[in-house]
Amino acid sequence: MLKRMTRLISRVHKAKHEEQHEGQHYSLPLQDVKTVLPHGLPPRFVMQMKTFNEACLMVRKPALELLHHLKNTNFDHPAVRYVLYGEKGTGKTLSLCHIIHFCAKQDWLILHIPDGHLWVKNCQDLLQSTYNKQRFDQPLEASVWLKNFKTVNERFLSQIKTQEKYVWNKRESTEKGSLLGEVIEQGITRVRNATDAVGIVLKELKRQSSLGIFHLLVAVDGVNALWGRTTLEREDKSPIAPEELALIYNLRKMVKNDWSGGAIVLTLSQTGSLFKPRKAFLPQELLGKEGFDALDPFIPILVSNYNPKEFESCIQYYLENNWLQHEKAYTEEGKKELLFLSNANPGQLERLCAYL
Amino acid sequence: MAASCVRSRAALSYRLFLGGRINVACSPVLWKAAAAELQTVSGSQILRLRHTTVVTTKKNLAALRRETYTVDFIKKQIEEFNLGKRHLANMMGEDPETFTQEDIDRAIAYLFPSGLFEKRARPIMKHPEQIFPKQKATQWGEDGRPFHFLFYTGKQSYYSLMHDAYGKLLNLEKHKNELQAKGLFSEEAKTKDLIGSRWLIKEELEEMLVEKLSDQDKRLRALKIHRTSAASTQFSKSSMKVPKCHPVKIHQEKQHWKDQYAQFIRLLERLLTLQCGATEKEFLQSFRRSVTIQSKKQLIEPVQYDEQGMAFSTSEGKRKSAKAEAVVYEHGSGRIKVNGIDYLLYFPVTQDREQLMFPFHFLDRLGKHDVTCTVSGGGRSAQAGAIRLAMARALCSFVTEEEVEWMRQAGLLTVDPRIRERKKPGQEGARRKFTWKKR
Repeated sequence: MLKRMTRLISRVHKAKHEEQHEGQHYSLPLQDVKTVLPHGLPPRFVMQMKTFNEACLMVRKPALELLHHLKNTNFDHPAVRYVLYGEKGTGKTLSLCHIIHFCAKQDWLILHIPDGHLWVKNCQDLLQSTYNKQRFDQPLEASVWLKNFKTVNERFLSQIKTQEKYVWNKRESTEKGSLLGEVIEQGITRVRNATDAVGIVLKELKRQSSLGIFHLLVAVDGVNALWGRTTLEREDKSPIAPEELALIYNLRKMVKNDWSGGAIVLTLSQTGSLFKPRKAFLPQELLGKEGFDALDPFIPILVSNYNPKEFESCIQYYLENNWLQHEKAYTEEGKKELLFLSNANPGQLERLCAYL
Repeated sequence: MAASCVRSRAALSYRLFLGGRINVACSPVLWKAAAAELQTVSGSQILRLRHTTVVTTKKNLAALRRETYTVDFIKKQIEEFNLGKRHLANMMGEDPETFTQEDIDRAIAYLFPSGLFEKRARPIMKHPEQIFPKQKATQWGEDGRPFHFLFYTGKQSYYSLMHDAYGKLLNLEKHKNELQAKGLFSEEAKTKDLIGSRWLIKEELEEMLVEKLSDQDKRLRALKIHRTSAASTQFSKSSMKVPKCHPVKIHQEKQHWKDQYAQFIRLLERLLTLQCGATEKEFLQSFRRSVTIQSKKQLIEPVQYDEQGMAFSTSEGKRKSAKAEAVVYEHGSGRIKVNGIDYLLYFPVTQDREQLMFPFHFLDRLGKHDVTCTVSGGGRSAQAGAIRLAMARALCSFVTEEEVEWMRQAGLLTVDPRIRERKKPGQEGARRKFTWKKR
């Protein structure tokens, strides 16, 4: 059966993916996963990875479409924005990870923010920014992100040089022309300056990718956090707008398409969003007017539930890994039941199969 | 004094019975009569009257509980009831001659609207025979000699009934023998009268005879053997333990003759087998009650066709306080839309979706129908149950009769009668009591 041989055939290099591979799984080498995607995979997928001892992604139409666009990007034009949107659990984050892996293999520099919502809620310590008095720093989140960024883009850190001098405080400063890696080290060791380090990294990368030294992929998951509301408050309990957070401010500049030499792939997410209704999934609803205007010329890509072929393929994958232990899972009726109960939603199907 | 006591008893009993039934139209007349009575009595006697009615000693209470209703009293009540019925009919503007019991009930419900949940606590006006329990008249004369010849059996009406029935049986057999001797005997089939009826049950027979009957061996009770429920007396007799010291042997077969109710029914069955005349048939019919067979027929919705020629059917369902209406299309791909929203988004909980799956899965039609439904009220689980019922009912029109019967047996077509239980006073919730404190 075609589906049985699905996995054996499709351990192909992702660059060769075309429409005929749609619905098939391919596995990522675990080492790659650790370097390229240390953060950013959905937690359930990480658990599945640990259980099966392998990371297998399904090739799906939205991802294929995006890959097609990316292959044909013109690096002289300003960066194009792609927005992945869809219902909850349809596979936006995993599609994003697929794209990231592809670009990493193509030797692009990956700027991946795993979840925008993490930066606008539950922050333990907010410091007033040293650079700009009105803004706020988030040392913890910034340092964590810098560490992950370092893991992803090790080889670039020794190639890219800063083009300005940055003074951290009275005693420390980074000279012009020093490696980007040093800036990151500074941010990791001196946690107080981590947010500023992040800002510097973003600025440098934006400037230099226009020069054409490398291709830059900006991948942000949960980008609707940048224009929503925050749950953070000042000491006098007045709410903070997202612009007043330095991280968010810098990220907004990054997502603007005034630079060239790369692409921007964004994902909307309702799951972590604040003050948004559960059933909202359209860009208009989740981004709000402000966000929509800021992102205005973008290519929306809808990620929907599995079609029957993909559903079959997913079930076959679970069966091959002996994940479904129920006798009825092998029968047609069992599959119909699963189809009905999950309505071909990948997230729901995964949760259902976890019990079987 | 005796007169005042009688009057007091009458007044008290009148007040007691007023709670049980209401003689509406009679009340102004009677009240006036009672008031007149009280007025005629002098002041000190009135005080005494009140004293005796309000402060009841223990002896009085016991007497009141075992109060026997004399025949005259019952007759008087019946007269009052009839009079009251006519007054009520006049009040309601209806014809007193054709005023039935149902009309009375309706009138009382209209005049005395009650919000009480317990139907038996609401005001009722019924014939005294239905209200006062039947009691035996005195069965011996002034010289102490009983009227009935079977009085000393203890259960005179039962044994006299058995005697009559057996007498009829013997007569019929004699008649049959005579006919057979003459050669005019012919077999008849006469099971028609008995279809849809059943024999009296033991409680009904007891009520008719105003006597207790036995349906179990008294000797067993004397042995103090643990008794299981009445339904399984046959089995308990065979499985009981006999203490070895007791010399009484228990013969299981011979215990049947002690069962009075069963014996009576057996006699009546024997009468049935013989050819009866009209009087015997009447006699037998007086011991039969009709059995209402619940119609098992399900109401099957008709299949409708919309503009494109697609076949669909609509039906409603409800559960707790949720009401749902479902439109099931015959050909489809298994999509369900609830209030315009996909069912996966409307019911994020798997349990609710399993409820929706149940009718289709039961009939093996999982991906074959499209459903559009609207639902309102209730909570998430109630809405799921309501939609399930509506879908099952709608599916009936696309499915064979046998499958409808299977669905009914699976419980897919029955309305779930469970409702939120009421909170009771003195308790925190329906069942939860307040925290018990020792002091």
